[in-house]
Formats: sequence, C-alpha cells, structure tokens
Amino acid sequence: MNKLFSFFATITAFLLVYGLYQALVAAPTERTMGDVQRIFYYHVPSAWTAFCLFLTNYFCSLLTLTYSEAIRRAANRIAILGAIFGLMGLLISEDRPPWLPQAEGFSWVKASIIVILIAVFHALLIKGYFLLGDRLGKLFSDRARVILDAVAVSSAEVGVVFCTVVLVTGPIWARPVWGIWWTWDVRLTTTLVLWLIYVSYLVLRRFSNTGEIAILSATLAVIGALDVPFVYFSIWFFRTQHPQPVMGKGGSLDPRMLHAFLINLLAFSCFGAMVCWSRVRLELLHRQLEEAHAMKSLEGADAARAQASLPLNRSSE
Amino acid sequence: MNVQNFLLHYGHYVAYGATWLIHILYLGILVRRFARLRQELTELGGDK
Amino acid sequence: MTSFWSLTLATLKKDIRLEWRSKDALNAMLFFSLLVVVIFSFSFDPNAEESRQITAGLIWVAFLFAAVVALNQTWARELRNQVLDAYRVSPAPATALFLAKALGNFIFVILLEAVMTPLFIVFYNLRALGPAWQLIPVGILGTWALVVNGTFFAALSLRTRSREIMLPLLLFPISIPAVQSMVEATRIILSGEGAARFWIVLLLTYDVVFTTACLGLFEIVLQAE
Repeated sequence: MNKLFSFFATITAFLLVYGLYQALVAAPTERTMGDVQRIFYYHVPSAWTAFCLFLTNYFCSLLTLTYSEAIRRAANRIAILGAIFGLMGLLISEDRPPWLPQAEGFSWVKASIIVILIAVFHALLIKGYFLLGDRLGKLFSDRARVILDAVAVSSAEVGVVFCTVVLVTGPIWARPVWGIWWTWDVRLTTTLVLWLIYVSYLVLRRFSNTGEIAILSATLAVIGALDVPFVYFSIWFFRTQHPQPVMGKGGSLDPRMLHAFLINLLAFSCFGAMVCWSRVRLELLHRQLEEAHAMKSLEGADAARAQASLPLNRSSE
Repeated sequence: MNVQNFLLHYGHYVAYGATWLIHILYLGILVRRFARLRQELTELGGDK
Repeated sequence: MTSFWSLTLATLKKDIRLEWRSKDALNAMLFFSLLVVVIFSFSFDPNAEESRQITAGLIWVAFLFAAVVALNQTWARELRNQVLDAYRVSPAPATALFLAKALGNFIFVILLEAVMTPLFIVFYNLRALGPAWQLIPVGILGTWALVVNGTFFAALSLRTRSREIMLPLLLFPISIPAVQSMVEATRIILSGEGAARFWIVLLLTYDVVFTTACLGLFEIVLQAE
C-alpha cells in the first residue's frame, strides 16, 4: 500500500511542477487580460477537484444512509416520488400556462426528465448497494461502513480546502479584471454556498459527541445536496431580473493555453485524490487507536472482575 | 502603486502563492496529526 | 392514517398547552422581537432613502433572528424529561412527532412575526405598492421554510457541544435560497416593480422538497440519538 502511495505521490508531484511551469512560462500571455489570466490555470482545476470531492462525499453519505432500515424501505418511495414530480413536469407543455414562472432558456420537459432519471438512479443505487452488502456478508458490510464514513469526512475536509483556494483565487482575479472583488453571479455564489454547507458539516462532525455521527452528518450532506439546485436557480433568476455587467471569459483559446490548462486539471485532480487518500488513512488510523483504547479499558475491567472471582461469560469480540 | 495595477501584473503570483500556502498549511496539519497518532499507537503497544 | 394525524394533533396541543401555562418563555421572546425591531430601526435610519430599499431584507433578517431563538428551545423540554427515549421505543411514527414540533414552532414564529410586523410598518412607514395580499403566501411559505429545516437541525444539534450556536450554523447556509426568495418577493411586492410569482413558486417548491426530505430523514435522526 505504501509503495503504491509513494508511486502516485511522485507522479502527482511531477505533474504539479510541470503544470506550474506550463502555467507560468510555456503558456502565452493572454491578449486582453494579460498575465493575470494565468490564475485560471489554478482556479478552475481547483474548482473541479473541489466539486468532485463534494460529489464523493454526497455518494458516501447516501450509501451510509442505506445502513438505516427506514431508508432502504424508502428507496422505492423515492423513485415513485421522483417519477411523479417528473411526470407532472412533463405534462406541462412548452406553451407554459400563465401561472408558471416564465424564464428564458428553461425547459420544463428537460428538467422533468432529469428529475425522473435522478430519482430512479438513486433508488437503484440504494437497492444495489443493499443487495451487495447482503451478498458479501456482514463482516464486509461493517468494514465498508467504516471506510465509507472515513471517505465521507475526508472528501468533505479536502473539498473545503480546495474550495477555499477557489474562493481566494477568484477575487484576486476579479479585482483587476472586473474592477470588483465579488459579485453575486451563479458560479461564485454556488461555490460560496457549497463551502458554507460543508464547513457547517465539518463543524457538526467536530462538535458532536455521539457515536452515531456518521449517519447524522450523512443526513446533513443529503439535505445540503438538495439545496444546491435551489441556490443555482434563485441566483440565475435574480440575475435575469437585475442585469449585471457581462462577464465573458474574454480572449481566444490558444492550444498552448489549453495544454497548460489540461495539465493542471490532471495535476490538481491527482493531488486532490492523493490528499484525500492520506486523510482517509489518517482517519482509519485514528479509529484503530480508539478501538485499541477501548479494548484496553475492556481488558482492564475484565482483569479486575476476574480477581473478584465471579463466573464470567467472556464474549468473543 | 495601487491595488488594480499591482494585481494586474503580479496577481497570478499572489494567487499561486495563496494556493500553495493553503495547501501546505493543510498538509502540515495532516502530518502533525499523523505523527501524534503514531506516537500514541506505539505508546499503547508498549504499555501492553 | 387517522392515528397519524390524531397523534400529531395531540402532541401539538400538549406543546401549546405546556407553553401557555408558563408564559415566561413566550413573553421573553415577544419582548426580544420588539427589541430587534427597535435596534434595527436605530441602526438603519428609516428616513434615509437607502433604508427604504433594504426594508424587505431587514424585516426578514429580524424574523430570522426571532425564529432561531424560538427554534433553539424546540427539543429542550423533551431532553429534560427523557421523552425522546420513550418515543424511540414506542410504535408511534417519528414523522408525527416531527410534524407536531414543526407546526408548534410555526405557530410560535408566526406569532412573533405578527408582533414585529406592525412595529416595522410603524417605524418604517411601510406601504405596499404592489399587490399586498401576496405578502400572505410569502410570509407563510417563508416562515415554514425556516421552521421545517430549523426543527430538523435542532434535532441534529441535540447531541453536540454548543447546541445553541450549532442550530443557526447549520440552518443559515441551507436557507440561503429560501431567504433570498422571501426577501426578493417582499421587495417586489413593497416596491410594486415586477412580479413576485417566480419567487413564490420557488418558495413553494423549496418547502415541498425540504418538508419531504426532513420528514423522510427524521426517523434516522431520532433513532440515532
């Protein structure tokens, strides 16, 4: 395991250095914005990595929830509910009735189909994981639960780190180019809200003093995920009502720029994965330590009771 | 030299520096926790 | 199905009766709401032109503070008397308990808002230039959005240190789109420019989605505590 980790870590380090060289030296200077455009080579890959990590946390939380019987029973209902909402949306023709919000570029048919597909996908995922656990036995299932939770907390933490990078580099770019540090546009706001939701997730984890924190924080992650489309739509509509200065990407895309961008995208994705992997190992080590502590105190108690010479039923653990 | 001019010419250095600062800080936290955990585990192993 | 609703109503009535018997908490919160309005009126001078434009935001922020104070005591009584353990072992559906708590909070917060609104109207010389009746669905849907998530997060916060700060910490990020909808709708109705329809529909959708989610997930939270 360690050898594999070192191998990938070395590759990642090389990619990062190469990416830095590409970003600073090899890529040409942009015509309209100038050197400051180079921030994109770090800003966008970091955003991509952060979102991938948050998505990982979402799936881990979802699967953690399947360990609860209530959710397993609800898997069917989720699919049915989603199908109902989706079908209702489908029945609305493109000729929207006046009481529905009129908004440019928003297709009810497409949105409904997406809702149905998402609901069915979730139901299949939950049922599929449950069947897999059944097939592979309880021991595997318990171990998987621990790993799932470790990955959940790790991807949330590392995701927040990368998201912080996005939120810091964004304004540094925006100030010289747009003249303002911040604006409430769709991408920036969604990133900020995601950051806030996941920081609150981490705080809940840190401040909790129950052993069931895995499943509790999983519910928070799912509710947070439900929130994201709402954030997206509310800001999007807000901006169609309040026209903001047009913020195009500006400038053409030279193939050397694309190359630099892709290298950095790969480099940061690998970097994110490596840091997350390390964090998962740290988490599993931490649990090992806790278990060792618990075993020790159990053995200590057992020894004390044995001296009192009461017939004991030593349960195999 | 005002903020606008400074960032226009050196903004990307600031951004890259900030990025790596954040990452190094976090990695440092991880390394410290790893070290402390390994120390505690060996202590626990030693006690037994 | 009938036992579900009768259970919800019974729990709700019990809560209201208990709250009414010792009106201390109620009175304290009513006074708190009044203070919030006064402080805001001092800080954001009602006569200044700029203040008129942000009145909608001010009102909802004030409502948000009042709601958090009300939500923080949602499960206090249950915790004190180990009622939650009883609920865990009873065959009663957890959703009935959640709904009863949420409805109780809803009534409570509406009461606080009913006290604050006339004060705001007085201090800020409020006048709805748009269709004023639309403020009613905005108020109901908006309050429910805050209350349903707040009740759920109050339950999540039960087994944490610093319980009182945990609730707003969890609630605020998730409520951002809802708060934006409430404020925008109110601003549009007060200023009479444009249509608040989109925001009201968005609020309605938010309410439906999150009520379903909270109802569905509450059993896990109850069992896990």
